[in-house]
Amino acid sequence: MKSAVLKSLGCRRYKSEDTRVAYAFLFPSAVVFLVFTAFPFFYSLYLSFHKWNILTPVKPFVGLGNYASLFRDPDFWNAVKNTLIYSAGAILGTTLTSLALALLLWKGLRARNFFRTVYFLPVVTSLVVVAIVWSWIFDPQFGLANKLLKLIGINGPAWLYSPHWAMFALVFTSIWKHSGYYMVIFLAGLYGIPEVFYECAEVDGANGFQKLWHITLPLLRRVTALVMVMLTINSFKVFTLVYVMTGGGPMKSTETIVNYLYRQGFESFRMGYASAIAWVLFMVILLISLFQMRFIGGRRSAIGQQY
Amino acid sequence: MASNIDRGRYIRSAGLVGVKYLVLLSGAAAVAFPFLWMLLTSFKGPSEIFTYSFKLLPSKWRFSNYLEVFEFIPFGRMFLNSIIVSVVITVSQMFTGALAAYAFARLRFPGRDVLFYAYLATMMLPEQVRIIPSFLLLKWMHLIDTHWALTLPWLAGPFSVFFLRQSFLDVPQSLLDAARIDGAGHLRILFQVIVPLTRNTFLTLGVFTFMWSWNMFLWPLVMTQSLAMRTLPVGLAMFKSQMGTNWAVMMAASVLAVAPIILAFFLAQRRFIEGITLTGLKS
Repeated sequence: MKSAVLKSLGCRRYKSEDTRVAYAFLFPSAVVFLVFTAFPFFYSLYLSFHKWNILTPVKPFVGLGNYASLFRDPDFWNAVKNTLIYSAGAILGTTLTSLALALLLWKGLRARNFFRTVYFLPVVTSLVVVAIVWSWIFDPQFGLANKLLKLIGINGPAWLYSPHWAMFALVFTSIWKHSGYYMVIFLAGLYGIPEVFYECAEVDGANGFQKLWHITLPLLRRVTALVMVMLTINSFKVFTLVYVMTGGGPMKSTETIVNYLYRQGFESFRMGYASAIAWVLFMVILLISLFQMRFIGGRRSAIGQQY
Repeated sequence: MASNIDRGRYIRSAGLVGVKYLVLLSGAAAVAFPFLWMLLTSFKGPSEIFTYSFKLLPSKWRFSNYLEVFEFIPFGRMFLNSIIVSVVITVSQMFTGALAAYAFARLRFPGRDVLFYAYLATMMLPEQVRIIPSFLLLKWMHLIDTHWALTLPWLAGPFSVFFLRQSFLDVPQSLLDAARIDGAGHLRILFQVIVPLTRNTFLTLGVFTFMWSWNMFLWPLVMTQSLAMRTLPVGLAMFKSQMGTNWAVMMAASVLAVAPIILAFFLAQRRFIEGITLTGLKS
C-alpha cells in the first residue's frame, strides 16, 4: 500500500527492501547470463584474435590475422555464396508460399482450422526427422521424388548427390518445413486489417483482385517485411538441414557459413579461426536486426496488437 | 437480401471457393504425404525399399523394423536424454524467468530499465557465437558429455524473462497491494497471486521452451560425444550417417521420434500454434 501511495505521488525513491529482493530474484538469471553468455561473448572475440589449435597449448596473438585469412579463404567465400543462394531461395519461396496459404485460408472457409493444423504439422516436427524423411524422398534411385517424376516420363536428377540439384532440394525441404510457421504470422496480420476498408471498397465497386492488390497487400507490408527479416536471419544461420541431408556436399556445393564454422571449429579444431567466422556472422546478423528495429519495429509492434 | 445481383455473385464466389479448396487440398496433400510415406516405409521390407516401381502400401507389414531400431541405436536412452534435457530446461526457464520477470515488472530498483534492455539485447546474440567458447568452458569444467553441458547454459534466458514480464505487467496492482496487506512477502505474491493469474502465459512459454529444447541440434552435437549421451535428434542424425541406406529402420526411428510431439500437437493445437508463433523467437 505504501508503495502504491508513494507511486501515486510520483515519488522516485527506491525502497531498500525492493532493491534487495530484486537483486535476489535476478541472481539465478544473472549467474547463467554471466557464465554462459557474457563470458563466452568476450572470450569468443578474444579467441578470434588468436591462432589456436585446441591440441596445442600455445595461443599466439595474431591480431586481425584470422579475419584477413578468412577474406582470402576460397572455402569461406564458397560458404558465403552457398548461404546467399540458400537464403534467396528460402526467403522468396517461404514468403510466397506462406503468404499464399494465409490469403487462401483467411476468409470464409469452414475447414480453416483443419488446414491450419495440417500446414502447421511440419513446424512441430523435428527438423532432423524432416531432413531424414526428405533425404529418403530425394534418394536418386529409390526415392519417391524420382519415382513420381518417372510416372510422367522424366528421369530425375541425383538430387542430394548432384552439385547442381542438392541446394534446390535443401531449399525445397526448408520451404516445406517452415511455411506453416510464417503462414500463422501472416494470418495474424490479416486478422488485424479492419473490415471497414473492405466495406468501403465494396461500396466503390472493387473486385476481389483490386481489394487484394490495393488494400490487403499494402496493409500487410509491415508483416511481410518482418517475415522476410526473420527468414533472412534464420537462413543465414542454417546448419541442421545441411548437416543431416548433405553434410555440405557434394564437393562443398551446399556448405554454408555455419557448416564451415562447425568444420573449422570441431573437425579441424581451429578455434581462433572458427571464432572469427562466428563474429563475421554475428556482425551481419546484428546489422540485419538493427535494420529491423530501425525500419520495421519489433515483433510485438508489428503483430502483437492484433491479438 | 437475396436479390438477383447477389445470386450472381454467390454463384461466382462458389466457384472461387471451389478453386480455393482445390489449391488448399493439394497443399495439404503435399504436406501430409511425406508423413504418410515415412509411416508406410517404416513397415516395408528391403525388397520393397530397393525397387524402381512405385507402390504405396507394403505387401507384408514388417513390424520388426521397429524392434531393429533398438538394436541399431540406444533409442530408449536417447529418448530419455531428450526428456531429461527438455524437462529440466523448461522447468528451470519458467522458474528463473518468473523470478526475474517479477523483479523487472513489479519491483522498483536502481538500474532496472537499463538492466532489462541490456539483457533483452543479448537475444540478438546467436548461439553460433557462444558455442565455441562455451564448449571450451564446459571442457575446463569437465562437463562435456554430461547432461550438465546440455542444460546449465540454458537454465535461464532473456526470452522467458521478456515474455513473462509482459503478462506480469498486466496484473492489477490492487491485487498485489491486497496481498501485501495480508502480510504476504514477494515470493508468496509471485507464486500464489501472479503465477495462477498468468497460468496461460506459462503454458504457452512451456510448450515453446519444451519444443525448442527437444529440437536443439547444434548444441548437443558439439557438447556430447558418447552414444549414450546423445539426444534424440543428434542420435537420429548419427544413425543416418552410419546406416546410410537402411531406410525402413530409419523411418521407423523417425516415426517413434515424432509420434509423441505430433500426438501432443493434436491434443493441444492452439497452445502449440500460439507457443511457437507468438513467442516466435525460434532458433
